[in-house]
Amino acid sequence: MTTTAPPTPGVTGNILSSDTLGATNTAKAPFGTALVALGEGDPRIVGLTADLGKYTDINLFAERFPNRFFQMGMAEQNLIGTAAGLSRTGLIPFATTYCVFATRRAYDFIAIGAALGKANVKIVAGLPGLTTGYGGTHQGIEDLSLMRSIPGLVVIDPCDATEMAQATVAAAAHDGPVYLRLLRGAVPVVFDPATHRFAIGKARLVRPGTDALIIATGLMTARALESAQALAESGTSVAVLHVPTLKPFDREAVLELVARIPRVVVAENHMQSGGLASAVADCVVDHGLAVRLARIGIPDCFCESGSIPYLIRRYQMDVPSISAAVHRVLGNRP
Amino acid sequence: MTTVAPPSAPAATPAITDATLRQIQARAKNLRRHVLHMAQVVGQGYVGQGLGISDLLAVLYFHRLRYDPQRLDWPDRDRFLLSIGHYSIGLYAALVEAGVHPASQRDTYGADGALFEMSGSELTPGFEVTGGSLGHGLGQAVGMALGMRLQGRPSWIYNLLSDGELQEGSTWEAAMSGAHYQLDRLVAFVDCNNQQADGAPRDVMRIEPVHEKWQAFGWHTQRINGNDCGAITAALAAADRTPGRPHVIILDTLMGKGVPLFERREKNHFIRVEPADWAEARRQLEEEHA
Repeated sequence: MTTTAPPTPGVTGNILSSDTLGATNTAKAPFGTALVALGEGDPRIVGLTADLGKYTDINLFAERFPNRFFQMGMAEQNLIGTAAGLSRTGLIPFATTYCVFATRRAYDFIAIGAALGKANVKIVAGLPGLTTGYGGTHQGIEDLSLMRSIPGLVVIDPCDATEMAQATVAAAAHDGPVYLRLLRGAVPVVFDPATHRFAIGKARLVRPGTDALIIATGLMTARALESAQALAESGTSVAVLHVPTLKPFDREAVLELVARIPRVVVAENHMQSGGLASAVADCVVDHGLAVRLARIGIPDCFCESGSIPYLIRRYQMDVPSISAAVHRVLGNRP
Repeated sequence: MTTVAPPSAPAATPAITDATLRQIQARAKNLRRHVLHMAQVVGQGYVGQGLGISDLLAVLYFHRLRYDPQRLDWPDRDRFLLSIGHYSIGLYAALVEAGVHPASQRDTYGADGALFEMSGSELTPGFEVTGGSLGHGLGQAVGMALGMRLQGRPSWIYNLLSDGELQEGSTWEAAMSGAHYQLDRLVAFVDCNNQQADGAPRDVMRIEPVHEKWQAFGWHTQRINGNDCGAITAALAAADRTPGRPHVIILDTLMGKGVPLFERREKNHFIRVEPADWAEARRQLEEEHA
């Protein structure tokens, strides 16, 4: 039985803002900035968008390299098809739109146009999960599920500005198709750029712990770290494994930790099914591990519109909900 | 039902000598021989499409395309993109005739584990893209034309679509962008053979007037007899003389062309042939004068 909070008139927030949620340390347009830097050093880098240049930060690249940027209009199938064609002439195209449009409208073009032939196409997709207050039309809640199911496609969900920039560089260096979730605008800095090292296919233990394990991807890792910090203050030691690459999936890192700490919460800015939790469950089952597992993510529904703080409470993806899930897998009474 | 006459057929004067034309036609006949050979291996298939498109493929692979059969990845090559995967039998024929694949490869057409799949993909050498899921080719062609132009490379990009493929919305997304970017080294061929899986396009989903649609999208548009090698070369010559716009050459073709036994099949999208008919088909092809 779900109860819906009564609407709060006038408190809708800025439904187009990114998910800074009051973060004080932010970096501006990490993807766009990283792409411009890549473009300076490599003439093969080109950009495309489907009428969302401004809203995906690729406008920075367009302004710096107008001849290497192709506005494709609102035509996502052709956005991906054209990007694949560009890649087949030796270029490295970065194509941007929103998650929903890339994955729902252009699925066949990603699967057959790009992935089947391993075309060197980078799809950078904005508004992942609940990072927009627009409703079901704009919230990319099942994109990871769709993209994970495409053979040979690399799927990345970065946590913060540091990782967004590093993943952009890694995507360019990888020879093959990549789907990269985009955090845009003023993006929180969680990881220190001086020490954090993103690598495709590598999970990273970002906080050690012994009692419970949170496996998180994307911006949920920031909330997982906050939850672990809060739980530590009340005497519970929680490890946090950050898994920014959904595919290829770092099974070894997951298995090693799960075997040691079989009380697991999986947190993702995505539906509870088809994304990170499913990937974790796959490898746990394949290896016959007995674990207690709770999922933080969007249930099987389209989400409402509203402010982001409202939405993440509504769908229990906030820090207190993660902490409550940790207590559940530990068998603690609420 | 009104038929729309092609408003601006190009001048019928062939841009090539009679000797060259005869060489192309001889190649087209060889392609048809390869098509019959492959179709007989499986006893059925897209023989009508392969025969119908042999003239275009002969013009492209033995007159027009700048490519090296010994070096398929030559970066400055012209590129032929087959949108319509079920026409692969025709492209296999061209690739065998060009020496990219040995003639023995024909015997594997449609066989388990073979390189010559019934609907081909880019995993087969000589295929630039994976067609078959219709509506992909033209967008990829737009990307290639943009990429080659950006790098100052001289290639032309050719895409073969089917009439039924015009029902795919992505085709028109690509058409819009080709004109927007003034890709004048991009040529789309639309094979109007008047057959799709569920029948004639006029019954399935009307696509005419094809000529006016492309013109409205800003393309240099010609409509010709797609089984006339001279007309195809002339249309390509007209494309050479028309800068600033992409080119579409609408081909009215006859499925099964060259083999009357197959030309007459009423439902010839996917032909099943009785074993005894193959000898007759080959006899008819050899009798047919180009």
